Amino acid sequence: MATVAAHEVRPGRGAELGLLALALIVGIGAYAIVGLATAGRLPAELPRQAAVLTTLAVGMHVVLRWRAPWADQVLLPATVALNGLGLAVIHRIDIAYAARDKFAGFADRQLGWTALGMVFAALVLIGLRDHRTLRRYTYTAMVVGLALMVLPLVPGLGTEINGARIWIRLFGSSFQPAEVGKIALAVFFAGYLVTNRETLALAGPKVLGLQLPRIRDLGPILLAWLVSLAVLVFERDLGTSLLFFGLFVAMLYLATERKSWVVIGLALFAAGATLAASLFGHVAARFTAWLHAFDNDVFNASPGGSGQLVRGLFGLASGGLFGTGLGQGRPDLVPFAESDFIVASIGEELGLTGLMAILVIYLVMTQRGLRTAIGVRDGFGKLFAGGMAFTVAFQCFVVVGGVTRLIPLTGLTMPFLAYGGSSLLANWVIVALLLRISDSARRPAPPAEQAPAAPEPDPGRTVTDDQLTERIVVRTSTQGDDDGEGER
Amino acid sequence: MSELTITLLRLGYLLLLWLFVLAAISVLRRDLYGTRVVQRRMRAKAAEPAPAKRPEPRAPAPVPAAAEPVVARRLVVTSGPLRGTTVPLTAGAAVMIGRAPSCTLVLDDDYSSQRHARLYEHAGQWFVEDLGSTNGTFVGRERITEPTAVGPGSQLRVGQSTLELQR
Repeated sequence: MATVAAHEVRPGRGAELGLLALALIVGIGAYAIVGLATAGRLPAELPRQAAVLTTLAVGMHVVLRWRAPWADQVLLPATVALNGLGLAVIHRIDIAYAARDKFAGFADRQLGWTALGMVFAALVLIGLRDHRTLRRYTYTAMVVGLALMVLPLVPGLGTEINGARIWIRLFGSSFQPAEVGKIALAVFFAGYLVTNRETLALAGPKVLGLQLPRIRDLGPILLAWLVSLAVLVFERDLGTSLLFFGLFVAMLYLATERKSWVVIGLALFAAGATLAASLFGHVAARFTAWLHAFDNDVFNASPGGSGQLVRGLFGLASGGLFGTGLGQGRPDLVPFAESDFIVASIGEELGLTGLMAILVIYLVMTQRGLRTAIGVRDGFGKLFAGGMAFTVAFQCFVVVGGVTRLIPLTGLTMPFLAYGGSSLLANWVIVALLLRISDSARRPAPPAEQAPAAPEPDPGRTVTDDQLTERIVVRTSTQGDDDGEGER
Repeated sequence: MSELTITLLRLGYLLLLWLFVLAAISVLRRDLYGTRVVQRRMRAKAAEPAPAKRPEPRAPAPVPAAAEPVVARRLVVTSGPLRGTTVPLTAGAAVMIGRAPSCTLVLDDDYSSQRHARLYEHAGQWFVEDLGSTNGTFVGRERITEPTAVGPGSQLRVGQSTLELQR
């Protein structure tokens, strides 16, 4: 594994404020353009929209200045830009739905969820002073995460929407508990792998030049595979199942640096997918819709046809290179244009140029997450930050891959863009956690202080130098016990 | 709304979007181009030529403190898994070397003990002391039994790693 020598991080959050202003212009500007293009005038709700978004974003900025002054400066603006643009596009689809007398209240609800998500993110930043606290709850997190995943199966609480049983109904609104569960599971995986990585990295038989792990160490990955298969079978949701297994394999690779785990993971996944496709009709239908999308029979089949997928592709095609312009296309022709197919809606109205910009924003977010993982000194923080950056990237890949017919369509949501309260809430919490970890990754080493247990008369002091790589663990009174990788 | 205004807005918005992306990337510029990547696990082959180019390991060169004081300023790992790592030596700050995570220099090496050796400064002179390690600490070719004075150019061997004090 390569490490990156830390460079001095300039204090201050001026760059974030500047980027935040740009991000707000991106979000609010899109809202204004939608009004101009569809009604010929600025929308009446524009001041309200602008006020809410600006207040929330500036509030987060103030919380960061107060509680995490060294945190990454790009994560928050990137998230605000995506969230703002998502709100504008959902509002645009609402207008199209209203014209066709369909339900058109998505944008207002999403604004409420945005506010809730950002308040939760601020609470995480205020309440959680050190991400290493989470490691104490490794096994609690496992129980909570698994409970959240099976919650939709509880009779009376879980509801089945569009064939998948991944929602629960509480106080009149539906919620996808697995979205929050993935954070708890990331905590568990990070805490579990940081203590067991030595064993899981041990070399076993060598097959075709690939160093395999020992057979007896296959237990955890098989267990994770079985759980993800169970989710697929009982909740009939390909997305959650894929995300759960992918997260585990990715974090296993991060922890052990062994490519063989990725190979084993992919092989298990392929076996599971083949098995599921031959046993369950709904999975097989997804495959058929993917492979033979343009067949007339497949297109018209309902449910499980490829109509939605193909309409989305035509939407993308009519967008072309520069798009039809916000408010000028017909994204509402695709079913679920505001949630599952928001990528197609954006591709239609902003074109390939706009879609690429959005994908680059996701790339930057993921890079910041992975960079945080490299920079942070404790093993738990590394795995946790890496795992969460992976979930964001993985969801983007699965959604964009599904919409563009690269892989079969699954039920994951595009983080921050797509309509969906639970996803928005969970992803804002993920951003808050990444900001919290990046604060401790970029914070300069504390000033030299007396070490607690210097055995010799001359004082053992901490080394304060930003040139230190992360392996050189600085001895301070607070950082003695956090690096679980050296205990053999 | 005229057609022209709409088109200008449409293209202007795409420009705005990319402006944001480029602004975000320019904030990361330092991070993307200004970092040094240190390879932690050098392959044995890759590490081989480097020591060959070096002159013969010099004998321990204790520097008399009375004469022009030549004080080592940094400790460089010249071979071993952490090759290339540098630890600055500051007066009054002892450097603990070993496998334990609480050490200043954490060696990822089965031939090193948890708390293997200690470098400390006394009256402007650096000393290295073995902390009862299993495989011993060497200055030059001598296995040390008591705190030994070291100066710039001294080669220390801890487990599979060779460390050199430099000015």
